[in-house]
Amino acid sequence: MEMYIPSEYEVIRDDKKCNVCRVCERQCANAVHSYDAKLGKMLADSAKCVNCHRCVCLCPTHALKIVKSDDIYKADANWTAQTINEVYKQANSGGVLLSSMGNPQPLPVFWDKILVNASQVTNPPIDPLREPMETQLYLGKRRTKAERDVNGRLKDTLAPQLRLNMPILFSAMSYGSISYNAHESLARAAEELGIYYNTGEGGLHKDFYKYGKNTIVQVASGRFGVFKEYLESAAAIEIKMGQGAKPGIGGHLPGAKITEDVSLTRMIPRGVDAISPAPHHDIYSIEDLRQLVYSLKEATEYKKPILVKIAAVHNVAAIASGIARSGADIIAIDGCRGGTGAAPTRIRDNVGIPIELALAEVDQRLREEGIRDEVSLIAGGSVRSSSDVVKAIALGADACYIGTAALLALGCHLCRSCHQGNCNWGIATQKPELVKRLDPDVGAQRLVNLLTAWNHEIQEMMGGMGINSIEALRGNRLMLRGVGLTDTELKILGIKYAGESL
Amino acid sequence: MRIDAAEMDFQKLNERIRQSRVQEIKIAGCIGQRYIAAGLSGRDITIQGTPGNALGAYLSGGRILVDGNVQEATGDTMNGGEIIVKGSAGDATGYAMRGGEIFIYGDAGYRCGIHMKAYKENSPSIVIGGRAGSFLGEYQAGGTIVVLGKDSQSTIVGNFCGTGMHGGEMYLRCDDLKAKLPAQVKAEKLASLPQGKARSLVERWCELFGENKDKYFHASYYRLTPNSENPYKQMYTAN
Repeated sequence: MEMYIPSEYEVIRDDKKCNVCRVCERQCANAVHSYDAKLGKMLADSAKCVNCHRCVCLCPTHALKIVKSDDIYKADANWTAQTINEVYKQANSGGVLLSSMGNPQPLPVFWDKILVNASQVTNPPIDPLREPMETQLYLGKRRTKAERDVNGRLKDTLAPQLRLNMPILFSAMSYGSISYNAHESLARAAEELGIYYNTGEGGLHKDFYKYGKNTIVQVASGRFGVFKEYLESAAAIEIKMGQGAKPGIGGHLPGAKITEDVSLTRMIPRGVDAISPAPHHDIYSIEDLRQLVYSLKEATEYKKPILVKIAAVHNVAAIASGIARSGADIIAIDGCRGGTGAAPTRIRDNVGIPIELALAEVDQRLREEGIRDEVSLIAGGSVRSSSDVVKAIALGADACYIGTAALLALGCHLCRSCHQGNCNWGIATQKPELVKRLDPDVGAQRLVNLLTAWNHEIQEMMGGMGINSIEALRGNRLMLRGVGLTDTELKILGIKYAGESL
Repeated sequence: MRIDAAEMDFQKLNERIRQSRVQEIKIAGCIGQRYIAAGLSGRDITIQGTPGNALGAYLSGGRILVDGNVQEATGDTMNGGEIIVKGSAGDATGYAMRGGEIFIYGDAGYRCGIHMKAYKENSPSIVIGGRAGSFLGEYQAGGTIVVLGKDSQSTIVGNFCGTGMHGGEMYLRCDDLKAKLPAQVKAEKLASLPQGKARSLVERWCELFGENKDKYFHASYYRLTPNSENPYKQMYTAN
């Protein structure tokens, strides 16, 4: 018996507005819409709808809307419709539930319980329109020994650094999980903005080597597409130990998504599953991690910073302390609300901790141990706005990774169906007819728009606090106050309650 | 060029190798220096002594000959070239190799050849003269692994051989494969080593280490390949 699962959404068409142009039918890769010649009308099969809003956005007469279906099971606060349907799906198939994008569960969002300070009277705000307001920063190891040459001049012993025009980078999204056009949009925007995008673990397409100085390449457990030119082409190399959406497990790109081009980039045969093991099987300790860090440094002659990306988990501070001692230049921490192209639902929704708490713990621990300057910190895992960025920096981050926000800029409507490979917005798909819907010119421009706006907002908020350099905001937790937080939460975040003075 | 590596720091040693324009390099008195020849190509390096971990990581070409044992992670993420080890190798040898060849005269440790993969003209190979530890060829996606059991053919591989294997092939020289194989792996017994890549690898191994080809050609082997029923396909249900 295959249990019928009622559709979650209902496609509502206003027949008075619909002029049967059939755009919706052409745009929907899930084949929701169809034309009934006998009736001379458009029909919709809501059961197939993933609620990506492509048809709604492109309907020239605005005749469409998607609503939550009012077909309901008997109300039950414990056994919600979602929970019941998941049981049915697994009883039907025997499969592990697979989801995409970030955790949709109502976990606390600490960003929304943190408020930012502003100057009044005694320490005047700064107007970013009139005064220089520095959001440029460098990522890398700060600590260095002062050494002099024979003539007594200071030698340059500073470790390699990444220069960013604003404290934001595009987080790792592999070619395979997202499309060629999405990658090109990210790469071009990173170049124009003076920031970086990240290849993820899928290798680097040969067309994108020209964006190398704005590219961070990833080395993950599957080591897909990792070879000398790949490492050399990049501005920095990221070792992926974990990902916020799926801590503790690897990746699995199904063979169907390994098209000719993806196969070429990952350097694996077409149509064969690409499996990234959960651990790097050559890394079972900090010492082993140090070995991978240094083998990469040796292979690239110590010219590039090495990042280590981990998921935010319970002992994240101790782990970060180990990474800071492994020789890594930058630590990226990915919180449990971070996105993914595919992850088992149970892992995505139940494993890991929020980035706000992880970041605060890590920064505090590294400071206490006197090794904060050994590394830069990048925070990711649902940084949704410029104010999240400002709060993250005040909690101790040097910069933030954004993934979901960047995809939204490209058109994503967070239907969380990336794992099905039918992205109507041309982002999380490899189907040529869908990929071409995303124009890289438009995509890059939208990303530039978004981050230019964010950068203005960051400057305004900094100015309001009387801070004119992003580096003076880093770890400046006195600029933050909490509301609706428990004593434990305040202690972990290292901030005072709103209304508490110094 | 000859480099006396005794008491030399690994960074200094590797910098000297990188900066030297000479193709042939002899390293004497090697004592655990790591990352030798990482990412290099086109060199012919002979090492006396014992190199440290990650020898020839990301190696793109050329040849490394070690007159002794090697430690862990030899040829990690190697893309091309040849590493010849006259002794035994440690754990994680040939991890995620994409190309090139590793020939080991003696035994290899745990986790050898994990996630080896092949693509177009690149197909990596590891030949282990003795026995291999557990987890040999886990997640193997391509390439060839040969274990010859030259001294003893009983239990020439450890536990969890080929877990998650989804490409490539393994040849294990023994009469009775005692190892318990996972469901993803198919094993067939061969009366002798067939013509093809495995045979030419064994031939090369015999030439390198002065062993008798007949002994290794005419022996029974188990050939391990992924089970064509892909066990992953049915694993997920869209949510």
